[in-house]
Amino acid sequence: MTTTTTPLTPETVNPQRPWAMRRSTRATNYGRLLVFAIAAGIVTLMTPLANVDGFALAFLLINLAWTLGVTSRMGAKERRDAIVRVSITSLAVLAFVPWLSIFVTTILKGSTALYPGYFVNDMRVTSADDELTFGGAGHAIVGSLMMVAIATVITLPLGILSGIYLTEVRGRLTFLVRFIVQSMAGVPSVVAGLFIFTTVVQSMGRYSGLAGGVALAVLMLPTVSRTAEEVLKLVPDDLRNAGYALGARQWRTALMVVLPTVRAGLVTAAILGIARVIGETAPLLLTSLNTNGYVWNPIQGTVGSLPTYIFALFMYGTDYSTSRAWSGSLVLLALVLFFFILARRLGAKNERRAKASSRGSAKSKS
Amino acid sequence: MTSTATPTPREMTVIYSRADKIFRGIVTAGALTSLVLLGLIASFLILRSSETFREFGFRFITGSEWFSDGFQDVLADGSEATASKSVFSIGPMIVGSLVVAAIAMLFAVPLSIGGALYIEFYAPRAIHRILVSMLDLAAAIPSLIFGLWGIQVFTSLGVRWATLLNDRLGFIPLFSVEFENFGRSPFTAGCVLAALVVPITTSVAREVYSRTPRDLIDTCYALGGSKWGAIRAVVLPYGRSGVIAGAMLGLGRALGETVAIYLMLNLVFKYSYQVLDSAGGNVASMIVLKFGEATDREISALIASGLVLFVITLIVNMIASNIVQRTTPRA
Repeated sequence: MTTTTTPLTPETVNPQRPWAMRRSTRATNYGRLLVFAIAAGIVTLMTPLANVDGFALAFLLINLAWTLGVTSRMGAKERRDAIVRVSITSLAVLAFVPWLSIFVTTILKGSTALYPGYFVNDMRVTSADDELTFGGAGHAIVGSLMMVAIATVITLPLGILSGIYLTEVRGRLTFLVRFIVQSMAGVPSVVAGLFIFTTVVQSMGRYSGLAGGVALAVLMLPTVSRTAEEVLKLVPDDLRNAGYALGARQWRTALMVVLPTVRAGLVTAAILGIARVIGETAPLLLTSLNTNGYVWNPIQGTVGSLPTYIFALFMYGTDYSTSRAWSGSLVLLALVLFFFILARRLGAKNERRAKASSRGSAKSKS
Repeated sequence: MTSTATPTPREMTVIYSRADKIFRGIVTAGALTSLVLLGLIASFLILRSSETFREFGFRFITGSEWFSDGFQDVLADGSEATASKSVFSIGPMIVGSLVVAAIAMLFAVPLSIGGALYIEFYAPRAIHRILVSMLDLAAAIPSLIFGLWGIQVFTSLGVRWATLLNDRLGFIPLFSVEFENFGRSPFTAGCVLAALVVPITTSVAREVYSRTPRDLIDTCYALGGSKWGAIRAVVLPYGRSGVIAGAMLGLGRALGETVAIYLMLNLVFKYSYQVLDSAGGNVASMIVLKFGEATDREISALIASGLVLFVITLIVNMIASNIVQRTTPRA
């Protein structure tokens, strides 16, 4: 489509980049790191430096020593540059290692108690300490999804309204609204739980899934509002002007031109919010507690959810219950990942669309 | 100058139709829910905690006792004491929250700066994008899982580091301990909290660094600067306020974190500066710990604790969002 309209383009030429790293250099670099790793492994085995942290330290020291040796004949500037490169890289590795470790641990420990029934059975007739082939987290998954659904129904419209206010209406309170949304993002989750406990739970007289959902909504609102604003900002002004030029008032332009353009983006906002709150534990411990069976009615009473299920089983403290807790964590992490990747894909689609529509309008201008 | 008279500029006014006014009203009302909600949270917490504050006054924040009616406790000298009257105060918890958060930030800030610099300036192109999305993903890992990982995987490492610290630097009061039991200490909790905060601070720092004007960096190179020279001369000063804002956001998160710390820390109502000792305090986890079997008056005290926590984190976050808003270029 675009190729027909663009004028003759010069043939794509691969530009020469003399500064780029040669493939052979890169291979030697990796080879060197491998040699260092083996050396560090030997050091770890022979000296008091032991375990993972000892290995990491040995590796870093060897690397630093080599860097110093190689750069000893260079100027001070090059030497400093090389040392900084090694230090920054090791800081970055140190920053990333915990998350990798968490992913690996959750998958390894979580898969022990998983079996197909884990996703459908509940814990009504199974105790936390029973064999791993009984019971499951079906009720917790349902409870979590139910409360997250309640939270989404509440926050999505409010978040979209706040996004529209910040990008379309642009009233006098723009600064204040943005500031408050930012500050809301920092409300501790326990405090949200306490707030819903004093209002919803105490006025209803019982813990409930509704209370849990509302508590999650309090935590979800800032994420949804902020993402909605970001998404709406992507809409090019040309589209709005086109709407006005066709005689549409502001409300029609906003509702019929701007919002449909970013439909996927708004779904992204909701999904990002879901991924943010589905693992929240503290507010649910104060509002919906935990049960062992399926609950489909959000105002009936306590509801189980994945976080509280994991928490309760982990606190129970036996081997079997801990394995169950890890499996719950694996399911939870998988859910978060699923929502997250979904949001990413939709977000990318949305960005492409916004860009395409701005290109389209730019073309029609010329 | 030519002598042609320029016509006086015409005043442009926008006249909204009635439908537009209704639309704008609805949208404004929707946008103000956040404000209303924040106000509601504050007023309900104040309302429900007033009883506690009236009874204990300022001692609620400074004292270090938490007894409910008829609660029995074994005192330090071995005698048994029964509380005849409930006493609620959270001094050690507030200090403990600050201590754990400070330890976390001590580790998290250098790691995030290093991580952000690596992602933006050192990482090969191919893994740059992967790292950026991993960063977002890591920020979405539930804190409960951080807690499980901390207690089951990290603790053995943390305890070894703590033992080593105590062994070599035990003469410094900060690293001394009462009992040689290093698990569930402010130090190990702080380390896990650091792992939890790093994604947040790193992604803010990375974003600021990525906005460094490219021509300034190129100027550095053109003047013969090394990569580190460019980073030190341009990138770090340019990103300073952003990094501070990210650190403040992380600090807010660290202060409000609940379950991860609940799992990683022994809560003890005693002022202590020994960060390696298996005793610490934390307002948020204390609320969850005491909530289960709380009496009505205790609930009021817990809500008062929540209010204290809310005020602390709100101040931290307002400072952070103020910096963020001042440093982000207007769209």
